[in-house]
Amino acid sequence: MFLQEMDWHPVILSVRVAIIATIIVTCLGVPLTRFMARKEFYGKDVLEAAITLPMVLPPSVVGYGLLMLIGKKGLLGRYLADMGVTLVFTWYAAVIAATVVAFPLMYQSAKAAFMSVDLDFEKAARTLGASEARIFFTVTLPLAWPGILAGLVLTFARALGEFGATLMVAGNIPGLTQTIPTAIYFAVESGKDVLARTLVVIITIFSFCVIFWVNRWAKKQKY
Amino acid sequence: MLDAGLTKKLWHFTLEVQLQVDNQILVLLGPSGCGKTTTLALLAGLFKPDEGFIKLSKQTLYSSEDNINKPPQSRDIGYLFQNYALFPHMTVRQNVFYGLKSKRYRQAGSALDPVELLDSFGVGHLIDRYPSMLSGGEKQRVALARALIVQPKLLLLDEPFSALDRNTKTGLRKELKKLHRQWQIPFVLVTHDEEDARFLGDIIVTIENGQVGNHSLNVVLA
Repeated sequence: MFLQEMDWHPVILSVRVAIIATIIVTCLGVPLTRFMARKEFYGKDVLEAAITLPMVLPPSVVGYGLLMLIGKKGLLGRYLADMGVTLVFTWYAAVIAATVVAFPLMYQSAKAAFMSVDLDFEKAARTLGASEARIFFTVTLPLAWPGILAGLVLTFARALGEFGATLMVAGNIPGLTQTIPTAIYFAVESGKDVLARTLVVIITIFSFCVIFWVNRWAKKQKY
Repeated sequence: MLDAGLTKKLWHFTLEVQLQVDNQILVLLGPSGCGKTTTLALLAGLFKPDEGFIKLSKQTLYSSEDNINKPPQSRDIGYLFQNYALFPHMTVRQNVFYGLKSKRYRQAGSALDPVELLDSFGVGHLIDRYPSMLSGGEKQRVALARALIVQPKLLLLDEPFSALDRNTKTGLRKELKKLHRQWQIPFVLVTHDEEDARFLGDIIVTIENGQVGNHSLNVVLA
């Protein structure tokens, strides 16, 4: 059967990249968002615009920016190269691209979620003697959870579908950096219609199932 | 005994608070927007005064002179919020146990049984319900139990009857007065309703132009 002969590398790599990117986005994004939702400081608007920028910029611009940063002669890449670390054209670069592009989605969802939590709940917890860390984990985070979960789904979906920036920084090396979206593009280019169609079906069904399952699960979390 | 003298500059006026209460019910009476809730927030440590002092049972909670500003967590002040602020994702039991799990309280130890306290408030049977399944009066009783279980030295009540219908309110007013006699701690209660103020207040303070004080005893009814 065709599925058995198919090269599953792009599928496995795509899922791996998307999962890791989602974890990074969540671990960085949730604390940052919580901070940004409650604090006012000089330059906050500028920082927010910068965080959101990758969402509206063309992926090729993000890809170019990343090359300037982590490329072999890039601002950071130069020093990494001295240490013997190369990021471009490895699957790590795909993770970085997916993270940068998906980050704004988590930021927007989580920020709205945190801002929707009534401050009185946190104040009440404070008068009951709870430490700020305990308040965050027992009151703020659970109440903001539906919005954060929505951000999680969007992040994962965006990371899974990332194409433009990924192609520029990670390339399209079969078995190494080729993800589903790049594999589809090059399959179509080279006339491998069956392969393209199969990958399209796989990514569509997979994405659909994830979103469907998470939405179902979120519905049950209502109080 | 609560003794406080505070000033806080707000954007449209300066709030000046002068309060002295023994184990009585002090009612702050005034229209909305006059700084009543802000006064409670200043006392509880949820909002920082510009200067002044707060002393509760001989302990200094805040003093601009000595640079003391205890966080709300260690002030031993109970706070009943206007909307009760019961945690919506926790059951009544989890709400009431919340304060008992804080480090400060675990060290101090308790003589109070939360289940008994809820029973005495007539809401013991609701212990496994979520706040959204409770009526306004029930929510208030649960919120009171949650605030009192950690045995505060002062209880602040922000418009405790504003969300209740008339019948519930009349009943709860009486209960609150009884509760105060049992607990023997100062209550500071905020309301815009003169009738509530007259029924509950041992001392009534009216707020005008940001001046909050029974130091000079502006108006003392009752």
